[in-house]
Amino acid sequence: MSTNGFRLPHGGLPHGRLIDRGREISFTFDGRAYQGYHGDTLASALLANGVRVVGRSFKYHRPRGIYGLGSEEPSALVRLRTGARGEPNIRATQVELYDGLVAHSQNNWPSLRWDISSALGLFARFLPAGFYYKTFMWPGKLWPHYENIIRHMAGMGRSPEGLDPDRYEKRHAQCDVLVIGGGPAGLAAALAAAESGQQVWLADEGAQLGGASQGMRGDEGDEAVRKTIATLESLDNVTLLRRTTVFGKYDGQLYGLVERAGDHLASPAIGRPRQILWQLRTKQAVLASGAIERPLIFANNDRPGVMLTTAALGYLRAYAVRPGRRAVIVTNNDSAYEAVRILREGGVEVAAILDHRHMTEQRALPGTETLYNHAVIDTAGRRGLTSVSIARLDVNGDAVPGSERRINCDLLCLSGGFTPSVHLYSQAGGKLTFREDIQSLVPTSQVPGMTVAGAATGNFIPNTAPPIALGRSRRKQFIDLQNDVTAGDVELAAREGYRSVEHVKRYTTLGMGTDQGKTSNLNGIAVLAAALDKPLADVGLTTYRPPYTPVTIGTLAGRDVGTFLAPTRRTPMQACHEQAGAAFVPAGLWQRPHYYPRPGEAMADAVNREVLAVRQNVGIVDVSTLGRIDLHGPDVAEFLNRIYINGFKTLVVGMCRYGVMLRDDGMIFDDGTVARMAESHYIMTTTTANAGPVMAHLEYYLQVVWPDLRVHLTSITDQWAVVAVAGPRARELLDSLDSDVEFANQALPFMAWRGGHIGGIPAQVFRISFSGELAYEIAVGADHGRALWEMLLAAGEAFDVAPYGTEALTTLRTEKGHFVMGPEADGRATADDIGLAAMLSSKKDFVGRRSLRLPGLLPKGRLNLVGLVPADGTSAIPPGAILLDRAVAGPGMDKAGHVATSVFSPSLDKPIALAMVRNGRQRLDQPLWAHSPLDNRIVPVTITGPIFIDPQGERLRA
Amino acid sequence: MLLIPCPHCGPRAQTEFSYGGDANVARPPAPEDADGGTWVDYLYLRDNAKGGHDELWQHIFGCRRWLRVGRDVVSHEITSCTELAESGA
Repeated sequence: MSTNGFRLPHGGLPHGRLIDRGREISFTFDGRAYQGYHGDTLASALLANGVRVVGRSFKYHRPRGIYGLGSEEPSALVRLRTGARGEPNIRATQVELYDGLVAHSQNNWPSLRWDISSALGLFARFLPAGFYYKTFMWPGKLWPHYENIIRHMAGMGRSPEGLDPDRYEKRHAQCDVLVIGGGPAGLAAALAAAESGQQVWLADEGAQLGGASQGMRGDEGDEAVRKTIATLESLDNVTLLRRTTVFGKYDGQLYGLVERAGDHLASPAIGRPRQILWQLRTKQAVLASGAIERPLIFANNDRPGVMLTTAALGYLRAYAVRPGRRAVIVTNNDSAYEAVRILREGGVEVAAILDHRHMTEQRALPGTETLYNHAVIDTAGRRGLTSVSIARLDVNGDAVPGSERRINCDLLCLSGGFTPSVHLYSQAGGKLTFREDIQSLVPTSQVPGMTVAGAATGNFIPNTAPPIALGRSRRKQFIDLQNDVTAGDVELAAREGYRSVEHVKRYTTLGMGTDQGKTSNLNGIAVLAAALDKPLADVGLTTYRPPYTPVTIGTLAGRDVGTFLAPTRRTPMQACHEQAGAAFVPAGLWQRPHYYPRPGEAMADAVNREVLAVRQNVGIVDVSTLGRIDLHGPDVAEFLNRIYINGFKTLVVGMCRYGVMLRDDGMIFDDGTVARMAESHYIMTTTTANAGPVMAHLEYYLQVVWPDLRVHLTSITDQWAVVAVAGPRARELLDSLDSDVEFANQALPFMAWRGGHIGGIPAQVFRISFSGELAYEIAVGADHGRALWEMLLAAGEAFDVAPYGTEALTTLRTEKGHFVMGPEADGRATADDIGLAAMLSSKKDFVGRRSLRLPGLLPKGRLNLVGLVPADGTSAIPPGAILLDRAVAGPGMDKAGHVATSVFSPSLDKPIALAMVRNGRQRLDQPLWAHSPLDNRIVPVTITGPIFIDPQGERLRA
Repeated sequence: MLLIPCPHCGPRAQTEFSYGGDANVARPPAPEDADGGTWVDYLYLRDNAKGGHDELWQHIFGCRRWLRVGRDVVSHEITSCTELAESGA
């Protein structure tokens, strides 16, 4: 195995606890083959192979390396896998190595080594903070050109190619205690809770429990942690979730967890999900998420080889990888002195430790230079660190002129103190207070249901000196490596007048990358505080929001994709429609037949044929989707009287009545028919789309407003199959069936209903009509729907019966001038607008009646339902067109109304439309111009009444 | 996601419920006698007070009852959930 000497040999040291040297693994990075060990991350394996540059940065395309150890990583983002499984912007530090892993660097062209856009670095002073808002604003005409260039350069990574082949699952669970973080604090909390008999869940984002300091606690500490893990594993009331990130805290003690169940494999095991979204409700949460080390800010602090000290130690101890050969450590706290010992123990030469502080009692080992009052002021190395420039600091924290010198090194460890990971605590509404001694914001308020433990509290964090800004530098001092935000950008924002940290964040994009500023937020605030000359505590922190780390959309979608996105509702006659070759159209969740094309027929041909069949002969249509509500009780008549605008007290058993209901604001809410089935039993129909809302509306008035009314409601939509038989020969067709129902006018007049049998099937026959023709709606139990349909088709053969779909239904009702909910009654239409003023009862109160006297609802000046015909008799009227009083369209045009429904009427052999026109009923026969902004067409039209066919209603009473 | 303790069905997730607004807005008992201002206030005017809020929720994927729910609009804590009649509405 080629390691270039970066991988420590197996020896007496306890290094490499996470790797299994017995299991070698092959992988490729940018097409080159490498070897690693089982247990490696992609980051540790790349370091072991001496790969230092792993990507190019977002804005300036600067070479970047591995900077952190886990989810805090800002710069080592790679594209993992290929094709449909390819995924951009994956942190190399969290990718578990598997055999055959393929990864690519990002943001470089033509190659990582020779990136053309890195030439951008040469004119980078033209890309300051907020450059999007400045450079490209003017002149506006050139924006499309700028946009082209920006689109090409902007963004990180590429989307996967093709549909995601993997499965994702959602699971729900409950527990007593959720422990977030599997370090020593979290393990101890989990054990204590488990021993008291509670149901405990513990989640950790790593593959192994034990926390970030694994291998650094000494043998005794590690052994204790191992024992705790073993105990927890043996307990029935403990669930341990590895590779699981708690990414969000939501209301009602609900936590969002993503378990990367299959990401450590080349592909998930067959039948297993790739990731699982857990929605976990808990009584109590323990936040033991630890703390993240902060970098320090100086010129060119982003070169490959610059690394957080904890990361360098982690690679060395947990993965047995030397992150460099010769190191310099720069610090402002005491934690780094132990790092000198650990690095040297692992065979890394430590040239010097620089301490920002003026006085300290710490002292490194002999062989390592200890320099107080010193800082790194610059770095060098084209494709990775080769040396650092250091200088002595004066009492103000500025470099003393003439004190500069260089130290050669290939590793620079940054130790700028620690920031508690309080994201979830903040999401839960917890307040943070700035602690001077550790230069961090720490939790200080009580959050119901959450306890913070371990380093996340700010305890166990060493005393830390304030971050220093090393004076003005023309060279880049990076704060946010992922978004390429520099100290200069933050200072510029302050000079330009930005004061709020939230505004500075948005203007500079500080902390807005996929790492959510885990390493950069606090340093950004420190630089802003210095620029504004305010105490850091007064600058505040930007709001933490979920998710803690990115969650892929596939996980949030789970299995709710494709046909599983929403349930599909099918009527009992679906199979019949499919056999007939119907084209289907979605109507809410329903799939309804749109039209039934015969061989060689285009849609328009089929629709025209179906319409003419109903007008001249007979057709059948499946109307099972209409909402059906069963009402029982002694007060139903009174209830209906209050709900509908027209009276229902005079409706007798055996008859039906059309009704319109309003919302209390006076707008039409729904329409349908009600049949009185028995003394205290009624059946109401609603429109297809409003079946649910009408039910809720009725329940609201019964339960909240009039609880004294004795009415019982049941939705029975799904229990019935309903077919409308319509057309001048409808009665002939029904008479030919084996039925005990009398269909004659005297026995079953318009708006009556009768019960009986058709072909032995119990049926209810309602003499109601939507098409304007002689029509019967036959309702049978859902299980009999198919039999009824087939019976009608068979008997109808002699009459050349035509099944018709929703498109013909629309044409028929438009010809008849029937409004529907949506196009005409769009939630802004009153009964008078639609021409139903005569239905408004003057003898009773009803929902919405009081609103009709409000000034805005008085009839004058409102939009009225009217008909339109093209002035030339032939031009189609554009659907949705704007209606104008003049043939001129453009800015400032006065709108007279709009086209609601536009069809070709085969009965009249010309296009017709229904429209809402201001004062339309007073404007019959006047001209208007229908303007479609979509195709910039203007069609001259003439206003007519809305009823094009049989205005006297003789056909439906025939 | 809120957890609402339905008095009939037990604690259930918010997604089973439909929100119905301020529970203390009463429909004028005789709308025709209400003056325009009173009616418009009933239709459109709602307080947006910080803190406790009595509100209506319908358990649409459960018992379908309209319920009175006490909720803190700041912390989203649910303090009560009762039948309307029990709470004296």
